[in-house]
Amino acid sequence: MKEFGYQRVHDVPGAVALLGADPDARFLGGGTNLVDLMKTGVERPARLVDVRELPLDDIESTPDGGLRIGATVTNSDLAAHPEVRRSYPALSQAVLAGASGQLRNMATVGGNLLQRTRCGYFADVTKPCNKRAPGSGCPAIEGEHHNHAILGAGDHCVAVHPSDMGVGLAAFDAVVHYETADGPGELPFSEFYLPVGDTPHLETALPAGALITGVSLPPAQVAAHSRYRKVRERASYAFAIGSVAAALDVSDGVVREVRLAFGAVASRPWRARRAEEVLTGAPADAETFAAAADAELAAARPLPHNAYKVDLMRNLVVAELTRLTEEVAR
Amino acid sequence: MAPSTSSAITLSINGEKYPLTVDHRTSLLDALRERLDVTGTKKGCDQGQCGACTVLIDGRRSVSCLQLAVAAEGREITTIEGMADGDQLHPVQQAFLDLDGYQCGYCTPGQICSAVAVIEEHAAGWPSAATDDVRPEAGPPPLTADEIRERMSGNLCRCGAYVSIVEAVARAAATRTGSSTQADPGARTGTGTRTSTGTGAEVAA
Repeated sequence: MKEFGYQRVHDVPGAVALLGADPDARFLGGGTNLVDLMKTGVERPARLVDVRELPLDDIESTPDGGLRIGATVTNSDLAAHPEVRRSYPALSQAVLAGASGQLRNMATVGGNLLQRTRCGYFADVTKPCNKRAPGSGCPAIEGEHHNHAILGAGDHCVAVHPSDMGVGLAAFDAVVHYETADGPGELPFSEFYLPVGDTPHLETALPAGALITGVSLPPAQVAAHSRYRKVRERASYAFAIGSVAAALDVSDGVVREVRLAFGAVASRPWRARRAEEVLTGAPADAETFAAAADAELAAARPLPHNAYKVDLMRNLVVAELTRLTEEVAR
Repeated sequence: MAPSTSSAITLSINGEKYPLTVDHRTSLLDALRERLDVTGTKKGCDQGQCGACTVLIDGRRSVSCLQLAVAAEGREITTIEGMADGDQLHPVQQAFLDLDGYQCGYCTPGQICSAVAVIEEHAAGWPSAATDDVRPEAGPPPLTADEIRERMSGNLCRCGAYVSIVEAVARAAATRTGSSTQADPGARTGTGTRTSTGTGAEVAA
């Protein structure tokens, strides 16, 4: 690991000022991804600015009935929070489906959004990788890609975003709040992650030097009736090969409102808006659910070893929407 | 000017203060084992994937391999050495002994630290990925074998002693009195209040 400076900050302006626009400095939250990447040489910061003690560790109800989640709230506190579990249960479930109890105690909301892909080529500094070393190539396209993207990728990078939390945030129209030396700003979750295009090394729309201060969730009655389901290669403590966050409101057998987001299929948590359009106002039955999944997955461009994900996601969507419909009927 | 790459810090471990100068690259795990000779905590993968290095930080289980020592200053660290109250083993330690919750023993300090925290997290009402209904109105889930397996999944055992580990955690949870443990899921950095007794009282002092 390369040597680095370390400073701990206790207020947001101080944090932003210390990081400045230094491209060799990084904010340190829980460190569960950054420290790991520093050990392997993928990240080589000259300075760390430790933001874990910033006063951003609260979850508060907002006047409009939503929630504001501070950036240094740990995954554990987010998942255990009564209002998250009551009003956005799929978000709690998503967080609980990720990592281990130890890592959830350390990891923070802000860090979760900025974690890097677990693509093996990205993690191996002896291999080419357009995300880590722009222009060096993407060995995954011809190589090991059984858990890579089927949606929104291209010829430059097929890595997937590993977050479970992010899938819940995508489904519920989260807004990411940040602070820069020029003042505060915000980004809707749908614009937070950049399209891959030919610049897979540029992952978010955050301005240089910005500190994520929190995430807000607008009120959404439909979110109270939601589930997260994750498929992985072992029963626990593994990244998803496919996941779905779904919220559903059905009355008189018709879908009144729906939220649907996918994990482990793209470079970012994937909001399935085409599927939502097919579902809204349509009969809440397996046929419609399958048609909605197909509408979303029509854009899928699977590779030889990850084509299974198209069927997997279709089945997941049908299963989760069916289960939510049955729960409504009870 | 290049920033300093080391710092003089004081770590608080099992209630004792340990001043030392660390290269910023030093993990808490390496500081414990290589610098302070507190070797009960074990190094497995050193990548946050196996749980062998689990300790409690401010009452919460954490992997010490991904925790920078410099960033642990000012926080209360509890290792396996801090679990017993003198000669009186922690109920989780006793249950692992009584039920053979190990074979070679290498992962055991991490398993025990993790289990101590699991029992407190469950007692605090935290749901898990094995909990079907996470809504608070559903009440706390019973600590079934499935719940224990899920909550302990961050601790790997290459000997495969899982069957006995699950039994040990279940037995220790059943004997929990709610007053003699170092784990505190309610604790937070800077604002955590420690209410432990036994060794925990020494820690708080």
